[in-house]
Amino acid sequence: MKFKEHRVVGDILELAQRYRDQDADELVFYDITASPENRSVDRGWIARVARVLDIPFCVAGGIRSVEDAEAVLNAGAEKVSVNSPALADPALIDRLAARFGSQCVVVGIDSQTTPEGFSVYQFTGDPTRSRDTRRDTLQWVREVQDRGAGEIVLNCMASDGVRKGYDLVQLAAVRAICRVPLVASGGAGAPEHFADLFKAKAADAALAASVFHTGAIAIPDLKTFLKSQHIEVRT
Amino acid sequence: MALDVAIIDSGGANLASLVHALDRLDAQAVVTTDHELILNAPRVLLPGVGSAGNAMARLSAAGLNVLIPKLTQPLLGICLGMQLLFDTSEEGESGDTRCLGIIPGRVARMPASPDHPVPHMGWNRLRTVQADPLLAGITDTEYFYFVHSFAAPVGLHSLAVTEYGGEFSAVVRRDNFRGAQFHPERSARPGARLLANFLKIT
Repeated sequence: MKFKEHRVVGDILELAQRYRDQDADELVFYDITASPENRSVDRGWIARVARVLDIPFCVAGGIRSVEDAEAVLNAGAEKVSVNSPALADPALIDRLAARFGSQCVVVGIDSQTTPEGFSVYQFTGDPTRSRDTRRDTLQWVREVQDRGAGEIVLNCMASDGVRKGYDLVQLAAVRAICRVPLVASGGAGAPEHFADLFKAKAADAALAASVFHTGAIAIPDLKTFLKSQHIEVRT
Repeated sequence: MALDVAIIDSGGANLASLVHALDRLDAQAVVTTDHELILNAPRVLLPGVGSAGNAMARLSAAGLNVLIPKLTQPLLGICLGMQLLFDTSEEGESGDTRCLGIIPGRVARMPASPDHPVPHMGWNRLRTVQADPLLAGITDTEYFYFVHSFAAPVGLHSLAVTEYGGEFSAVVRRDNFRGAQFHPERSARPGARLLANFLKIT
């Protein structure tokens, strides 16, 4: 679940249970204000969510150290996702992978299409601090894998919030050099967009937020549609 | 309340999700490394997250590498906990890691390919090859959640297999020792069913 523009989309626990009952395959909880404000996510809700969820979930935002990650994992999350802190301190990925194993370590990447290719952005949770790191996205994708990332969530900024479909060009470019599971983020607006993504084999999984939160797409309907498109889904 | 299951504290994180899953089934569980408690528990769970070498080192430090193979009550290894039941694992700092030696065979790294990135993370179905009370009521149409980079071979001790760039053991059994490669505690209703089945085995 991605909380953008500080919109309150409802009680976390209620949403978690709603998506669980709709057969969501995994949930991601983003605290996108945690990094820009230099604070860590409040951990109390993680244990409450872990108590009711019987599907995997990942926590992102404000994880800057092995200790931060340990607290989140001990509270019951399967994975931690790091983005801005990994850009500031890339060795954080090595430390997390060494301590918890790669399967716990997700690296989130906010990437923008530029005339030269694709560029990594940092602090995208705060419009006043969001900035181009001048890092080449493909280079960063290679580096985070070498450092031990077990999964990459690529948020394609140009398509994010536009709901015109996933950025298949950028995702395919990243997929080609990705040895670990790649999760597509940004751009989902219709069930066809998910089908396009999987048919193009541009990612291993699809992440979406607003279309689910607003009810524009119901997960059971989406799965029925994907099945009709001969895409294997868990139902 | 009488204890239903002892969860061996293998030191990794992620014990919380297993504890919560048992709680949802109203099972009384305790997380422990205490030999007496483990010996006297009606059932034992051996979870495991992290690497085989680290997990075996932690079990050995607590003397559990000797205790576990001698247990006679039902035991269920989960994920790495299942892999530890085998003779050896390819996952080691310098060469193979010697494991608990309860089930013959060697756990090996999964081959990565463009269509099958490793770690294998996701929902897969099982193909049951031997009926067992642990799999009662579970059909081959249901999905379970897997997270792993190493896998156990298919053999005489396989109860169910899964395909991901090749076949591997998803559920195994030798005598009172069983193991599941997936995470039942994170596998929605089918996972809860499997845990409930385990809690009925005596």
